Amino acid sequence: MDLSDEPRRGNWFSPVVRPYALVRGRTKPAGDRLDVISMAYALRVAVPDQTDLEPEHLSLLQRCAIPMSVAELASGLDLPLGVVRVLLADLRERELVRIDRPTPNRVTDIRLLREVADGLRRL
Amino acid sequence: MGYGDSDGAAPVAVKILIAGGFGVGKTTLVGALTEIMPLRTEEELSGPGTGIDLTTGVEAKRTTTVAMDFGRITINTSLVVYLFGMPGQHRFWFMWDDLSHGALGVIVLADVRRLADCFPSIDYFERRKTPFIVALNCFAGSRSYDEAEVRQALDLDARIPIVRCDARDRGSSRDVLVTLVDQAIAVAESGPLLPSASGSSL
Repeated sequence: MDLSDEPRRGNWFSPVVRPYALVRGRTKPAGDRLDVISMAYALRVAVPDQTDLEPEHLSLLQRCAIPMSVAELASGLDLPLGVVRVLLADLRERELVRIDRPTPNRVTDIRLLREVADGLRRL
Repeated sequence: MGYGDSDGAAPVAVKILIAGGFGVGKTTLVGALTEIMPLRTEEELSGPGTGIDLTTGVEAKRTTTVAMDFGRITINTSLVVYLFGMPGQHRFWFMWDDLSHGALGVIVLADVRRLADCFPSIDYFERRKTPFIVALNCFAGSRSYDEAEVRQALDLDARIPIVRCDARDRGSSRDVLVTLVDQAIAVAESGPLLPSASGSSL
């Protein structure tokens, strides 16, 4: 059964704070566009100044101790993609995470495409 | 190893999209291939077709949540493939641009009993010049069909593969993926498919 098109209605545990309140209504992340497959990872720095960070910022930092895609981070925290993009951009601005974004030429890189095809054949 | 856009700390990620009408088996296909449980991610949207602007007022805005299922295949430590099932309903189309940006290619999943459901996807990716193939999900009870018949019904360029599959089966779904990546290689080598001079149907 394909349920992917069905908007999820209500949630027994709906957060009291609507997700966009977390980011104070911001819907546009600062800086470069973040793709769903952009990979974020925490930079090893001194303990971040937590005074201007939300708990969700810190959860994100923990989760991207190993490189993690934007989509996986959003799914793991059960937050909308748009909110996670804004939070990640905040962390990037503070130089707490680095985010590798896919470049357009990646999909025409024949060597890379062959590596993908060969890898899939071995599945 | 690197591909010039990564410093090697994070694996290179590519995305493959699964498009097609509602209930055609997109999530099933993702589930057959992913190494993790299929994950779900959501986007919240304010009123349809309007710019999202939640900063100007506190009035209740009507929001819609659109969910996408996705999965992951690790090729090796430096290369990861993500599979995204695209929201099929028309009102979510504005999300397609975002998802399609930089996609390696698209599997348009179709049910021969409801072929028209995949027309919008085919139109969209033809226009975007994103490599795609058509995979016919063989549901029990679907009548036998002729590939040429389907190609004609879809008005599909002869260079675009049509394969049949069972989206529940891992091997079958893997073969579909491989066909798509081979098609992406062919397109990368020859440039985007231009409409053939003799017309696009057989």
